[in-house]
Amino acid sequence: MRAAAGRDRATLPTGDLEEQIDAWRGYLAGARAVDATDVDELEDHLRGQITDLAAAGLSEREAFLVAVGRLGAVDEVSREFAREHSDRLWKQLVLWDEPSAGSGRAGARRRGLVRALLLAAGAALALKLPSLLGVPLGGGVDGSDDVDVMFYLLNAPALVLPFLGAYLALDRRMPWRTALGLLLVPFVVLVAVTNLYPYDALGATAVLAGIHLPVVLWTLVGVAYVGGDWRSGRRRMDFVRFTGEWAVYYVLIALGGGALTGIVVAGFAALGLDATGFVSSWLVPCGAAGAVVVAAWLVEAKQAVVENVAPVLARVFTPLATLVVLALLVATIARWDGADVDRGLLILVDVLLVLVLGLLLYVISAREPAAGPGAFDRLQLGLVASALVTDAVMLAAMLSRTAEYGLSPNKVAALGLNVVLLVNLLRAGWLQLRFLRGVERAAALERWQTAYLPVFAAWAAAVVALFGPVFGFV
Amino acid sequence: MRIEKDLVAAAAAPLVLGILAEGETYGYAILKRVAELSDGRMTWTDGMLYPLLHRLERLGYVEASWVSAPTGRKRKVYTITADGRAELAERRTQWEVVSAALDRVLDTVTPVPRPAEGWA
Repeated sequence: MRAAAGRDRATLPTGDLEEQIDAWRGYLAGARAVDATDVDELEDHLRGQITDLAAAGLSEREAFLVAVGRLGAVDEVSREFAREHSDRLWKQLVLWDEPSAGSGRAGARRRGLVRALLLAAGAALALKLPSLLGVPLGGGVDGSDDVDVMFYLLNAPALVLPFLGAYLALDRRMPWRTALGLLLVPFVVLVAVTNLYPYDALGATAVLAGIHLPVVLWTLVGVAYVGGDWRSGRRRMDFVRFTGEWAVYYVLIALGGGALTGIVVAGFAALGLDATGFVSSWLVPCGAAGAVVVAAWLVEAKQAVVENVAPVLARVFTPLATLVVLALLVATIARWDGADVDRGLLILVDVLLVLVLGLLLYVISAREPAAGPGAFDRLQLGLVASALVTDAVMLAAMLSRTAEYGLSPNKVAALGLNVVLLVNLLRAGWLQLRFLRGVERAAALERWQTAYLPVFAAWAAAVVALFGPVFGFV
Repeated sequence: MRIEKDLVAAAAAPLVLGILAEGETYGYAILKRVAELSDGRMTWTDGMLYPLLHRLERLGYVEASWVSAPTGRKRKVYTITADGRAELAERRTQWEVVSAALDRVLDTVTPVPRPAEGWA
């Protein structure tokens, strides 16, 4: 203990008493089980002790050192706090700060939550607005369950995501001009394009636009997330982290919402009331839309409190995904002639590559920049390499057929995405190899991924804007 | 003479409750009172008092509130509750039993001035 007390002393700067107490506070606050009010309480003790010792004739500095020593080694004291407050080792999300904490921060948090809830309600209402104007979304007044699939396919994300973007832009205090130029104008252009193009109802190009539009809109959400600072690689990586956590929270909220919905339906059915119309036309769409903003608020609120989940999932699934990819490779080679090589397989390969890229990206997002290569990095290289080989083999099996039957919009979209992913993974694999050999630093892997993000957005935007006219809106 | 650590630990809770039964007070004053009561012979790592106070608070034996100290800084003061007084009475009975048993057994052995060396 004496040695530990000596170490405490060694970390203290020489300076006046206030500086020393500040440094001591900072050191103590680093212990997880000791919260801010505990530090206040211990500081009161320390000051009482110092006053008494100084009155007994010690200098301020001597009194401080003796008082800190008597308080005990920080390690030991914080261990004792941890024994009493073991719950604090499970970090808790505090929605409002404790009343004893500063009122300014609590006020900011409360405003953030109120804003999130208002915008969530706005998103829910915006999704319902077209149905009130005559575009059916099930549960119509006349009892019809019609849904204008075509309209909602193209517009549902455009109705909901602006509220998420507004939440983030307001939170970041984006200047109006920046928001107008970087968010509003591109958004209006996209919505105008998708709605003015004379798509065939549920034709291939319309479906493709419906699939790719959310990606473009999510990019705009990203621009709002980084507060307009979209050139910064670090901020882009923050947005990648945000996206992963948002997805995890959204799924969790959806699971909870699903359970509640089931209870509502079953409960009212047991009472002889049919709630399915209300559930399918109000509860589910409004809940799904509102959860988009609420999940974002949760990610923002818990940022520093809870460890990121997406990188943990990515680490868990990297070995498993490697096995799956290798199994598919073997299966493709074994069934070379008989394989039903069609659009479905092409989409499957794309999904596979997206998965591999996602695993890669989220492991990188949690990487300690200074850490050297380890066994897990070799495993990642194996995953990328096997994914590339599988992709090459499947493409080879497919290209002959594509040549036979010509190019449909779906095939071009799938092939284009494949190329986009392939380029990324080739370079990522190469960098990973150089990193393992010690030629490249880990930061290069991250820089490549963040630099490549706009390519995905550009490809998705190209599909939305060009595929319709090029393929005649079929 | 120093009191053994385990004995201090066992005595800590009733001692703190007893001091609080004298009136509401705060951490540093409790430690000063302990030193006063034991003539400075019960030593304690000061920081360990606070987890103990928080445990007593969680158990409902004491209540804490933040007040403004004469120095102008905020200070956490503790007050004993009715449950705390009941607990103190209970602890007191236990100590009396332990103390009486110790007294009886110690009376039967003749005090040895210092343990002779070389017994083992």
